[in-house]
Amino acid sequence: MSEIVGGIFTSHVPGIGAAIAKGLQNDPYWKPFFDGFAPVHAFLKRTKPDVAVVFYNDHGLNFFLDKMPTFAIGAAADYRHEDEGWGIGGFKPFEGHPALSWHIIEQVVGDEFDPVTCQSMLVDHGVCVPFELCWPDADVWPVKLVPICLNTVQHPLPSPKRCLEFGRSIGRALESWGGDERIVVLGTGGLSHQLDGERAGHINVDYDKFCLRNIVPDPEALTQHDTLDIVELAGSQGVEILNWLAARGALRGSLRELAHNYHVPISNTAAATLLVENSAVVHA
Amino acid sequence: MLMTAPTERTIPGTPVFDGQAARKGLALNAMCYSFNKAANRASFLTNEEAYMDRFALNDQQREAVRQRDVLGMIAAGGNVYYLAKLAGILGLNVQDLGALQTGVPVEEFKAGLLAHGITERSAAS
Repeated sequence: MSEIVGGIFTSHVPGIGAAIAKGLQNDPYWKPFFDGFAPVHAFLKRTKPDVAVVFYNDHGLNFFLDKMPTFAIGAAADYRHEDEGWGIGGFKPFEGHPALSWHIIEQVVGDEFDPVTCQSMLVDHGVCVPFELCWPDADVWPVKLVPICLNTVQHPLPSPKRCLEFGRSIGRALESWGGDERIVVLGTGGLSHQLDGERAGHINVDYDKFCLRNIVPDPEALTQHDTLDIVELAGSQGVEILNWLAARGALRGSLRELAHNYHVPISNTAAATLLVENSAVVHA
Repeated sequence: MLMTAPTERTIPGTPVFDGQAARKGLALNAMCYSFNKAANRASFLTNEEAYMDRFALNDQQREAVRQRDVLGMIAAGGNVYYLAKLAGILGLNVQDLGALQTGVPVEEFKAGLLAHGITERSAAS
């Protein structure tokens, strides 16, 4: 019987990857962000997950705008990173879990979602940076990867409600998986930031705090806004909160927030890390 | 002629990369996507005009690229995740892009980000 140990939510700014490559974790600019990972490392050491199911968005590595899926599920035996255009790299390759991927695909299509399935897939900084943050000392990643890619790039984006329901469907798949793996769910991206337009540099601390306060106890609170509301509130790239919302949906047990860290700014972004423990619901 | 209805809502200073922008910007974004490969970045630097020919950029896109006009590239359909790959070739990071778009020196743009400065942390005992 599989066990879903919890969720790790974190920003995935490419600059974090560059900072890691340069060993800047204790630099005054970066330290307040990296320090937020101590509880995550302790949690991973304690729970020792075997698989990571990662909700993220691609930024133009695997998917171009010629074919842009709303939801895509990786079903490859392995995944790797490639140059995204500015030379950050050196990310270790990932072992996949195709049997679990296909089990998830069966479940979500059964639940009337229509994902693209990818037996070959590159993963970008949206996956690689969170892995580096979670397992900084690993020579080989200690978990297998199932990447779940959401379109947060080209409007119309899937609605917050749809993302939450998609995540819930994946959560049902994880619970019904017959293997004995311990599974951790990751949601990556955000929080508020905007790279483009005259409003570039937009940050919204109040909205970020609203998300951090509500995403565990009341994720529906985040669905009161439509995607354009979220663009207005969180910035045009802050809409990556959709990845967090889908990941939150995949956690269907009894949840307890173990830690969070909110630090502004990292690059142009309000950075956040949230750690949630999941326990199976005890039925009377 | 672009028949896609524009996104009805306007968010000040905030481009919404929708179907209309995606159609308009396809050539420019395709060129930027090609910059994932180092050899293509080198080709662009060797001869920008020839490289823009190869991707059939329209006049608006070419002029915006020539002028390093980020808002112009966005107006011509550029998506910022793709434009970031071009910016990398030009030695510009996302703070430089922010400064160019908001019309302030980069130090002032960075100071604006730092003005939000906050660190809040909690951990269960």
